[in-house]
Amino acid sequence: MKQSVVIAGVGGQGVLTAANILAKAALKEGHNVIASELHGMAQRGGDVECTVRIGTVFSPIVADETADAIIAFEPLEALRNLKKVKRDGVVITDINPIIPPLISIGLGSYEPLESIFDTIASHCRLIKIDADELARKAGSILTKNVVMLGAFHALHVMPLREESIIAVIKETIKEKYVDMNMNAFAMGKEAVQQKDI
Amino acid sequence: MELLGEGKKVLLGNEAITRGALEAGVDVATTYPGTPSSEIADSFSAVARYLKKSGRKVPFYFQYSVNEKVALEFAAAASHSGLRALTCMKHVGVNVASDALMTYAYVGCKGGHVIVTADDPSCHSSQNEQDNRMYARFASLPMLEPSSAQEAKDMTIAAFELSEELALPVFLRTTTRISHMRGVVELHPLPTKERHGSFEKGGLTVTVPDVARKLHPVLLEKMEKARHISNESPLNRIEGTGDFGIITGGAAYNYAREAVDDLDVPCAILKLGMSHPLPDEKILAFLKACNKVLVVEELEPFIEEQVKALARDHHIDIPIYGKEFGGLKRYYEHNIDIVTAAVAELFGIETDKKENPAPSIAPRPPVLCPGCPHRATYYAVTQVAPKDTIYPTDIGCYTLGLLPPYKTADFLLCMGSSVGTACGFSETTDQKVVAFIGDSTFYHSGIPPLVNAVHHNHNFVLAILDNSTTAMTGHQPHPGTPLDGMWEPAVPMDLEKVVRGLGVTHVEVIDPRNIEEAKEAFKRALDFEGLSVVISKAPCILLERKAAKERKLYTINQETCRKCKICITKFACPAFYFEGEDIKINPALCSGCGVCPQICPFDAIEVVQ
Repeated sequence: MKQSVVIAGVGGQGVLTAANILAKAALKEGHNVIASELHGMAQRGGDVECTVRIGTVFSPIVADETADAIIAFEPLEALRNLKKVKRDGVVITDINPIIPPLISIGLGSYEPLESIFDTIASHCRLIKIDADELARKAGSILTKNVVMLGAFHALHVMPLREESIIAVIKETIKEKYVDMNMNAFAMGKEAVQQKDI
Repeated sequence: MELLGEGKKVLLGNEAITRGALEAGVDVATTYPGTPSSEIADSFSAVARYLKKSGRKVPFYFQYSVNEKVALEFAAAASHSGLRALTCMKHVGVNVASDALMTYAYVGCKGGHVIVTADDPSCHSSQNEQDNRMYARFASLPMLEPSSAQEAKDMTIAAFELSEELALPVFLRTTTRISHMRGVVELHPLPTKERHGSFEKGGLTVTVPDVARKLHPVLLEKMEKARHISNESPLNRIEGTGDFGIITGGAAYNYAREAVDDLDVPCAILKLGMSHPLPDEKILAFLKACNKVLVVEELEPFIEEQVKALARDHHIDIPIYGKEFGGLKRYYEHNIDIVTAAVAELFGIETDKKENPAPSIAPRPPVLCPGCPHRATYYAVTQVAPKDTIYPTDIGCYTLGLLPPYKTADFLLCMGSSVGTACGFSETTDQKVVAFIGDSTFYHSGIPPLVNAVHHNHNFVLAILDNSTTAMTGHQPHPGTPLDGMWEPAVPMDLEKVVRGLGVTHVEVIDPRNIEEAKEAFKRALDFEGLSVVISKAPCILLERKAAKERKLYTINQETCRKCKICITKFACPAFYFEGEDIKINPALCSGCGVCPQICPFDAIEVVQ
């Protein structure tokens, strides 16, 4: 058995932390798990891509068209990683663009959101949520990564129990922010459950 | 603290190396930080800080040395005092340490000494993708190469034992995908021990020619012993059976393993955990049992060339493939797709071509952070310097000055090269030269070329971007900071005194966030006939934001904004964005540095009340 998830976003959005939470939850349930991350120049507002894989896996990076899901914290980053997902896989993405600075100063353009979503939807299953808004409702934009984890969990792509993920979030996050993050997880989960699944 | 825990944990490859060293009872660890190696050293620093805070004794001494050469020399002394030492660095750091390294191999070691080289195929955060397995051959030193986080820990311990058995420092080589992979690691108990080093005089440790001539044959004897060990070592193992074979190691093993599993082909894999010296007898037996063999390795044909030579010497006439077979290249890192294509070709299997559903996507390169003081320096310099000014630059966040609109990076080779090349450009052209170097990089290797510039009276401006930290690699301390890697008080160098002490006469210290002051200072420096140094001093915004209780936020008054776009096209802070025709500031990104109101010609940028 192999299962792979790509988590993609922009430096500073908490992508690494989200990947780490999933990896630890997988270990809690006795799975073999590996994850990849990139540091250094890859941060500073650049694109960030992490992978979490469980089962009989060796490579920290996933082959094209073999990921079961992409969790994208930003629409353009969902598109950038689209080649990684299986045709019967799922992309769950936030809908709020972060314009790359080079585009802001007039070099190139940001593809229209509708066109991004059309490309994804014609390739595999697409689920969109407004994670920024949910995170703000939960108490802070910084909980966006946990909103995304809640939303991802509602899709039942990985065989992980909610208790395991929650337990790792509680171990990972400072005590005073735990309640806020529990709300964020629940809101993300609910947002997906409300869609027709 | 997770790294000091027990049982099974998910650890970063780099953390697993630190844990392995702790389990091996390491006494001394040294480094100069560099991606992808940094977390090894940062974990030592974090453990030291944690143990101190909880009132416990730290069982090792750790140091962020001024550069990799000093880090290696420090640890060599520890080893010769009978202690176990680890030195970690990125691949190009070994170039800096190599002067010591080549002769250290002759002298050998006493206490086990592990040298970690973290290579970076595909140059994720590096200026080249050199293959440091070559250093193992060049210096004649054994090398181990883990493929997983668990192996990273296990091989660190094995490397200490091997080092003591051979009385040689041993390389542990990772690549980015091993250093920065997380995996399940089984932790074993940590030893309790005391550190007592003592140096015995009278050994063959002064490498005058007479001694060096004695030592070289000794080194070769040790490596002959290492070859026997390699042949017996369980680190070099065969998995699976089949008429076709794959020889591989390191990160490439992971891709080969999954390719063979996914294609479900009968294939024997010889996994080389010890890549120098190679297990020649094991390889010969493997070749004899196969009809054809594919070598899968990233970068140089290091294993391939040696395997082919072995086959030739022993008249083994089977096809041996490697570079250029099935799309395997000598550049960039491999992945499952690349290796699967090559393995499929080996077995004559057709595979489906995968189409990229979204082939052209706007890039999102890293940029200077909102509020980064380097942006203010670059803005000020480009306002006053002639258009054809040459900007030699250096290694750090500030290399991002390469990007438009600043374009304040014209030439870069390595740590410290800004100053050395500025000497050359200033003498060989009539153009103005403004070189940029960070504070940590200046201490690392910027001082000798500045001595060169003073002595020869070269005519250029050196801007030392002093943000009081080693920012890009994760905010490590350096000789200019008041705490060291053990969180002990340290003597901070006074940068201005250092520069003046070297004999530079035109020196100014500025805060670049005051744009007018910065422009005036650079104007004076450019006008000065001879060498001038501008120390552009302001803390890294990431540290300042962490420390600040609250920050000012700025907004654009849409009534007074005349849409000249200078804030976006010339200053290019990533907190600015267009909303239709209006320019706005993202409050989540704005750091409140206060520079943009100074560059707005219509005073439209205001503090949020």
